[in-house]
Amino acid sequence: MPETAQRELTFAQAIREALAEEMWRDPRVCIFGEDVAEAGTPFKVLSGLVEEFGAERVLDTPISEQGFTGMGVGAAMTGLRPVVDIMFGDFLTLTMDQLVNQAAKVHYMSGGTWKVPMVLRTTLGATRRSAAQHSQSLHAWLCHVPGLKVAMPSTPYDAKGLLKTAIRDDNPVIFFEDKMMYKQKGRVPAEDYTIPFGVADVKREGEDITLVATSSMVDVALGAAKLLEGIGVSAEVIDPRTMWPLDEKTLVESAKKTSRAIVIDEGYGRYGVTGEVASVIAEGAFFNLEAPVKRMGAMHVPIPFSPPLEDVTVPTEQTVFEAARKLCGKA
Amino acid sequence: MKTAEEAIKTEAAVSPELGIRLYRQMVRIRLFEEQVNELYMRALMPGLAHLYIGEEAIAVGLCEALKKTDYITSTHRGHGHCLAKGAEPDRMFAELLGKEAGYCRGKGGSMHIADPATGNLGANAIVCGSAGIATGAALTAKRLKQDNVSVCFFGEGALGQGVLYEVMNLATLFKLPVIYVCENNFYTEYTHYTETTAGDILTRGTAFGVHSESVDGQDVRAVYAAANRLVSRARRGEGPAFLVANTYRYTGHHVGDINREYYRSKQEEQEWKTKRDPIKNMGEWLVSQKITDAAALKKIEDEVRQEMKAAVEFAIAAPYPSVEEVDQDVYA
Ligand SMILES: Cc1ncc(C[n+]2csc(CCOP(=O)(O)OP(=O)(O)O)c2C)c(N)n1
Repeated sequence: MPETAQRELTFAQAIREALAEEMWRDPRVCIFGEDVAEAGTPFKVLSGLVEEFGAERVLDTPISEQGFTGMGVGAAMTGLRPVVDIMFGDFLTLTMDQLVNQAAKVHYMSGGTWKVPMVLRTTLGATRRSAAQHSQSLHAWLCHVPGLKVAMPSTPYDAKGLLKTAIRDDNPVIFFEDKMMYKQKGRVPAEDYTIPFGVADVKREGEDITLVATSSMVDVALGAAKLLEGIGVSAEVIDPRTMWPLDEKTLVESAKKTSRAIVIDEGYGRYGVTGEVASVIAEGAFFNLEAPVKRMGAMHVPIPFSPPLEDVTVPTEQTVFEAARKLCGKA
Repeated sequence: MKTAEEAIKTEAAVSPELGIRLYRQMVRIRLFEEQVNELYMRALMPGLAHLYIGEEAIAVGLCEALKKTDYITSTHRGHGHCLAKGAEPDRMFAELLGKEAGYCRGKGGSMHIADPATGNLGANAIVCGSAGIATGAALTAKRLKQDNVSVCFFGEGALGQGVLYEVMNLATLFKLPVIYVCENNFYTEYTHYTETTAGDILTRGTAFGVHSESVDGQDVRAVYAAANRLVSRARRGEGPAFLVANTYRYTGHHVGDINREYYRSKQEEQEWKTKRDPIKNMGEWLVSQKITDAAALKKIEDEVRQEMKAAVEFAIAAPYPSVEEVDQDVYA
C-alpha cells in the first residue's frame, strides 16, 4: 500500500482535495458562491482553489442565492458542471424554487433530454451557538423531492469519495456538510477514488441493536455504542451516506439481525429523515423486530441561542445511550 | 441624479441639546461594542458578534428622527440600531450571553434582538431577511392610520437579494411609509462591494420610483437631517425612500475576523479611523461651536463607560433560562 494511504486530512481538506482533483480532471467543473475565492469561504474549506484554478472557475458571487443557484442550473444544462456553494444550509430556503421547481424537474419534464449535472454544497448542524437562522439541518426538505439526490458524508474519507461521485453524477446533488466536522481528521487516500451513491457503510458491527445515523450523528452513535458496550449491549452503527438514493437493503438486513433499531439524524424529528428510515426498517424487518423502531432528531423548536437550551435540542451520546438501553430492556 | 459616492452637504439645524444627545448616543454604541469585543476575548460570549464600531452615526442619526412607536428592522450587525432605538444595554448584554433577562430570554442572541416596546421588529441573520417585514409594518401603519414609519436597515450586501426590489416596487405602488437604509460599509464579508454590485446603487431605488438620496454616513448631523426629511415625507404620506449612507466598519466582519490584509489594507482602515470618525468629528464640531468643551465630552465618555460596565456585570451575573423553556414560545 502506498504510504499516502495512511495520510490524515481534515474533513475540510478532504472536500477541498476532491474539488481540486475533479477540477484538474474535468475543465467543465467550476465553483461559485459567496466569498469562495480569496476568502475560501468563512470555514476556509476552499482556501487556495482560486489561486490554483483562477477566478474564471472559482467565482465570487453577490449575496444572491436564488440567482446564482439558478445560474448553476442553466450552466449545468448547457455544458458546465457547477459546484454551487451555499454558505449555511439555512439559506437553502432562498434557493428552493431553483432546486425544487427547476433543477429537480428539468430532466423529467423534458422527457429525459436535458440534464442538470450540478452539485450544491451546503452545511447543517447546531451547537455552534449560531442561533435560529444559522443552525438548521434542512436536508429532509430536499430528500422529499423526486429528481434530487442527497449526500451526507460523516468522515473525511466519505466526504472525498462522495463528492467526486456527486460531481460526476448527471443529476442535481445536494451535498450536506456538518459545519462542526470541518476540523475533524481522518484517513484519506491521496489517490482517486469514488464512493457509489446508495451504498450504506457499516461503521461498527454489532449484534443487539442497530443505530442508523447520518452526518453529524454518526459520531454520536459511535460514542453511544461505546457506552452500550459497557453494559453488555453490542450496537451496530450504520451510516446510509446518501439519503437518496437510500440503501434500504443494508438497513433492513441489519435490523433483521439485531431485532432493534434507532434512527438518529440532526434534522427535525417530525416529518423528517428519521421517519422515512424508520418506516423502511419497520416494513422490511417487521417480523424480526422485538421493539418499535425509535426515531431521534432535533427537538421540534427553532434552535435557541442560549447554550444550555441549544444543547438539549439535539441527540447526544448520552441520550442515544439511554434510548438504546431502554429499547434493549436493560434497566 | 446623485451618485452613491456623493454625500449631501447639510448644515443641519442641530440644537445644543440634540447635538450632545447625538454624541452621547454614538458613544454609547461604541462603548457597548467595545465591551462585546472584550466579552468575546475573555471567552464569555457564545457564538459570534458583528460589531457596529465606525458606523454609529447612521443608527443614531436615523433613530433620533423617529418616535418610539416607529418601527425599525435590523441586521446581524444590529446592536447599534437596537440601542439607538431605545433598548437598555443591560438586557442587551444579557441576550448576548444567552441569559433569561435578555430581550428574547436568551433564545435570540446577538443577531436576533427584538423589542416591541421600542418598535424594534427584530434583528435578522438572513441578509435582507427583514425587507419584507419592514414593508409590512409600513402597510400596517398606513392601513390603521397610525402615523408610524418603518425604517429598514441593511448592509450593501443586501442589494444582491431580489426580495429588496420586490418590496421597493410594492412600497411605491402602495405608497408606504418605509425608508430603506443601505449602510454601505464597502465590504460584505471579505469582498469589496464593487466586486459584487453592478451599476449605480441609487438607481436601484429610483428605478422603482422610490425617492433616493445618499448621505455621508460618518456625519451624524447630515444623517439626522436626511432622516428628518425622509421621515417627514413618509409621515405626510408621500411614500417610500431609499437612503444610501457610506460608512466603514472599523473591525472585522465578526469579532474573529482578525487578519484582514487579504481583503483590505491597514492603511485604509487607519484613514477612516483618523479622518472620518463620526464620534471624533462630532465632538470637534460641538467644541468648535462652543456648545461644549473637551472636559464635558470626557465626562460623557466616563459616564457611559460606567453604564456599560454595570450593564455587563448585570448580564454576567444573570442566570440562564431554565431548560424547560426550550420548547416554550414555538407557537403563540
Ligand atoms: C441570505 C444570506 N446569505 C449569506 C449570509 C452570510 N452572511 C452574513 S453577513 C454577510 C455579509 C453581509 O454584508 P452586508 O450586507 O454588506 O452587511 P455588513 O456585514 O457589511 O454590515 C454574509 C454574506 C447570510 N447571513 N444570509
